[in-house]
Amino acid sequence: MQDEDVIREFLVESHENLSRLDRELVELEKHPKDSEMLASIFRTIHTIKGTCGFLAFSTLERITHQAETLLSQLRDGRRDLSPSLVSLILDTVDATRKVLGSIEASGEEGPDRFEDLAERLRVAAQLTTGGEVQPVPGLPPSPAIEHLDCNSATGHTEDKPREGDAAKSSAVADANIRVGVGLLDKLMDLVGELVLTRNQILQFNTEREDAALNVTSQRLNLITTELQEGVMKTRMQPIGTVWNKLPRVVRDTSVALGKQIRLEMDGTETELDRTIIEAIKDPLVHLVRNSCDHGIEAPEVRVRIGKPPQGRLTLRAYHEGGQVNIEIGDDGAGIDVAQVKQKAIEKGLLRPEQAEKLTDREALNMVFQPGFSTAKTVTNVSGRGVGLDVVKSNIEKIGGTVDVFSRPGEGTTVKLKIPLTLAIIPGLVITSGGERFVIPQVSLLELIRLEGDSGEKHIERVHGTPVYRRRGSLLPIAYLNQVLGLKSAERADVVSMVVLQAEDRQFGLVVDGINDTQEIVVKPLGKQLKGLIVYAGATIMGDGRVALILDVLGIGQRSGVLAESREQARAATEQKTLSGVEQQRLLLFRAGSFKRLAVPLSLVARLEEFPQSSIEHAGGCQVVQYRNRILPLIPLRDVLESDAPDHSQTADPVQVIVFNDGDRSVGLVVDQILDVAEETVTVRQKTGRKGLLGSAVVGKHVADFLDLNQVIRTAADGWFQSTGGSGNGRRILVAEASAFSRGLIRSGLDMVGYRVLEAANRDEAIRGLEQHPVDIVVTALDLPPDGSSALITAMRRRTEWQGIPILALADSAEQARVRAGQTADFQDCQVKFDREAMLESVARLASTLASSETVPVCVGEER
Amino acid sequence: MVTDTTTTKSGLAQASGQFSTFFVADLFFGVDVLRVQEVLRFQQMTRVPQAPEVIEGLINLRGQIVTAIDMRRRLRLPPRAGDQTPMNMVVRTEDGAVSLLVDEIGDVLDVDATTYERPPENLDLAARDLIRGVYKLKERLLLVLDAERTVDLTAGRAA
Repeated sequence: MQDEDVIREFLVESHENLSRLDRELVELEKHPKDSEMLASIFRTIHTIKGTCGFLAFSTLERITHQAETLLSQLRDGRRDLSPSLVSLILDTVDATRKVLGSIEASGEEGPDRFEDLAERLRVAAQLTTGGEVQPVPGLPPSPAIEHLDCNSATGHTEDKPREGDAAKSSAVADANIRVGVGLLDKLMDLVGELVLTRNQILQFNTEREDAALNVTSQRLNLITTELQEGVMKTRMQPIGTVWNKLPRVVRDTSVALGKQIRLEMDGTETELDRTIIEAIKDPLVHLVRNSCDHGIEAPEVRVRIGKPPQGRLTLRAYHEGGQVNIEIGDDGAGIDVAQVKQKAIEKGLLRPEQAEKLTDREALNMVFQPGFSTAKTVTNVSGRGVGLDVVKSNIEKIGGTVDVFSRPGEGTTVKLKIPLTLAIIPGLVITSGGERFVIPQVSLLELIRLEGDSGEKHIERVHGTPVYRRRGSLLPIAYLNQVLGLKSAERADVVSMVVLQAEDRQFGLVVDGINDTQEIVVKPLGKQLKGLIVYAGATIMGDGRVALILDVLGIGQRSGVLAESREQARAATEQKTLSGVEQQRLLLFRAGSFKRLAVPLSLVARLEEFPQSSIEHAGGCQVVQYRNRILPLIPLRDVLESDAPDHSQTADPVQVIVFNDGDRSVGLVVDQILDVAEETVTVRQKTGRKGLLGSAVVGKHVADFLDLNQVIRTAADGWFQSTGGSGNGRRILVAEASAFSRGLIRSGLDMVGYRVLEAANRDEAIRGLEQHPVDIVVTALDLPPDGSSALITAMRRRTEWQGIPILALADSAEQARVRAGQTADFQDCQVKFDREAMLESVARLASTLASSETVPVCVGEER
Repeated sequence: MVTDTTTTKSGLAQASGQFSTFFVADLFFGVDVLRVQEVLRFQQMTRVPQAPEVIEGLINLRGQIVTAIDMRRRLRLPPRAGDQTPMNMVVRTEDGAVSLLVDEIGDVLDVDATTYERPPENLDLAARDLIRGVYKLKERLLLVLDAERTVDLTAGRAA
């Protein structure tokens, strides 16, 4: 029975494919250079050929294989399309139709082997010059054609019951009918409307005391609920309906390849929307076939490396975070990253220098590029470079993602993440800032309610980041009203928190109230709201109002609890670059009369507390013993208010911010750590005060930015003299428009003993070069007025400046990675605020210079 | 009560010469009548935190979730008076139905094609992008709203 199912599906699918092929081939003849069309035709033929192979229809397989060879020559541009070639392919399509008709009628391919057609295809494939092919003699007519054409138009295989076969056909045709998804959607909407009306009637009923109305409305209630469930079910199908045909695929593939493969399936009952099931069918077959062919090794190979001869292929499906995850894993050889890179270079998909920069994960994902195949030989099963790119494009079409994970020698897992464009999921209804939201239940781990005294107190802060001790481990916390910019509810004694799981991490989300769980229907948001990562969609609640469904991953990323994914990080930096503002994480603290001081969090190594009693004195400095070293302490209050020293009581224990610089550390004693703020630094005002860079508005209040370098120089100069810097007094020109960024770069550089010249634009930079001997130039890529290249061009024009190495600074890691490849302009490119990398790069550039005279360390003179 | 959506496709393609009119502040607008799905009194609205400012919220239109765009904010006009509730004019767009919140609904008008003119060049940027042209009616000017651009928040730099 199962075989018949498979064959019937094959027939329906092939008919659909063939009618599309007719259309596409004619189109292609008009636009022979349309490579997309060509690729599509190629894939269609490939699919038919593949299926024929499994179903052992050798005639079909032979002619489609030949046609595919011909098409792959066209696709690779090895020959041009001629009308006779199109005719030849159309003939193949006709022949395929005839054979399909015969299969449908008798289950056999029929007597005609189409030797003549196969021969012509073979000859044509050998004429790589694209020469003319002999005109086509008519194909012998087949009695099945008429019957078949009408079937292919409707898409039914057996819609006409045949005499003597009535029982069989009725089982097929009568038990199921095809219904347009549009109609189902409409039914679903109507049921939704009915539910709302029902709710109103029920409400009405409670206000009246009418027995008849009471009974009727109860009945209405029941029927509506059942109807709703029924209509919803019409759209849902268990993934098992697709998986059912995979055992056969695996069996046939393994037999064809002489391998032993066991297939394990987990989560067959996972329900997916009908349209999605349809869309993932082919990609799944491709992936499974691919695992059999490329993943799992031959039995003798497996035995040799100590694996059981039988390979294992696992299919797993489960709901996660409003998505369905499907994993196809094997315990085979894994993917050789080096080989992938090599192949990509050979195929011209990658330049060698690009390949070196790829991470393993990026390299693995190269296998999804069109035209990529690591198989060494073209086999019947795979290796023509179609497949994985098709998988990717099909999955992406329905808004999903494909990822591949592999460990050499242990196996490969391909993970598909499919969104639930329309699915019923259980969700938890919560409130925040007076609005209702729904959290998908799959992301929910537990609910925590902190009451009474313990309420807010149970939430502690690390670096100002709220955390909660949950059974001994720290759980990062986000506040929903802050993430969404809503007004917070009155600070009550009670804190309600939901613990959520996003990908492999967990975090707590504090909400105003937790209501109840409901089955909700996920509806997509309009185009205008697609850009908001915090929402997965919307739903209609029982009272008829709309509620937004939270995207747990998006909330985590937006709140900073989870690291942003690469894609979004890139989008964010792009936006940042466009608007030209700087987004930074700042540590806010208090010292003396300065109520709000700020340093970039990137410079902070740790926050510590030391008891007063542990503070000792050495070399005119306060020091503590810290991690088997001596940590010099700088009382910030004394530095900033040296004119009016205040000897009032210092706190015990003292709060210390530890800064690292290479292998040295220094501690800054402050009065209190306030918070960490993610802030767009908007207003900047330069202050003349010692130890401060300037002020800016941080979180609606003005904060003073600490000039870390100057503070440390002033207070612990002796300490640093003794340890010495590595800069050897080289003079570095820093060209950067923002005074704030310049200050940061400068502080990094002169901490290790470089002498720094600052320039805010190209002209200032050129003036600086004219007036001082400069060893290294550090310039921002976006240097005004028109980028770093103007400065670089100017430098290349003057002989005395040509030898000066240039380090370019990019706004983002992505930009740096891209621009670092273009080393014609500069020697290196780093991210602006990655101090470690910048210093390392400067040191590297300095070491390439002829070792000039050693100039004593000289600080803070050359502003 | 379900509107027949099969007319949508053809409605988008052809113009009828008839306009559904509405007011936003002192401006008199028209949208091709075939584009208008329905007109509703102000509905209960679910706000969307973090959404662009012009989005007033989401409404439930018989099971369909429809985004409502405030036309005052879209055109960068001052907000309406506190006691004035806007009307929903639901228009069909390529991206599905979108509700435009307007001050008042006017009549359906037949217009004379010869009175058509391109919008004046000195129009405010926010408005110029959304107005396709002007019909010079006897008593006032009828501004033809480009519905597609209005719902595309990346257009007109108004987002």
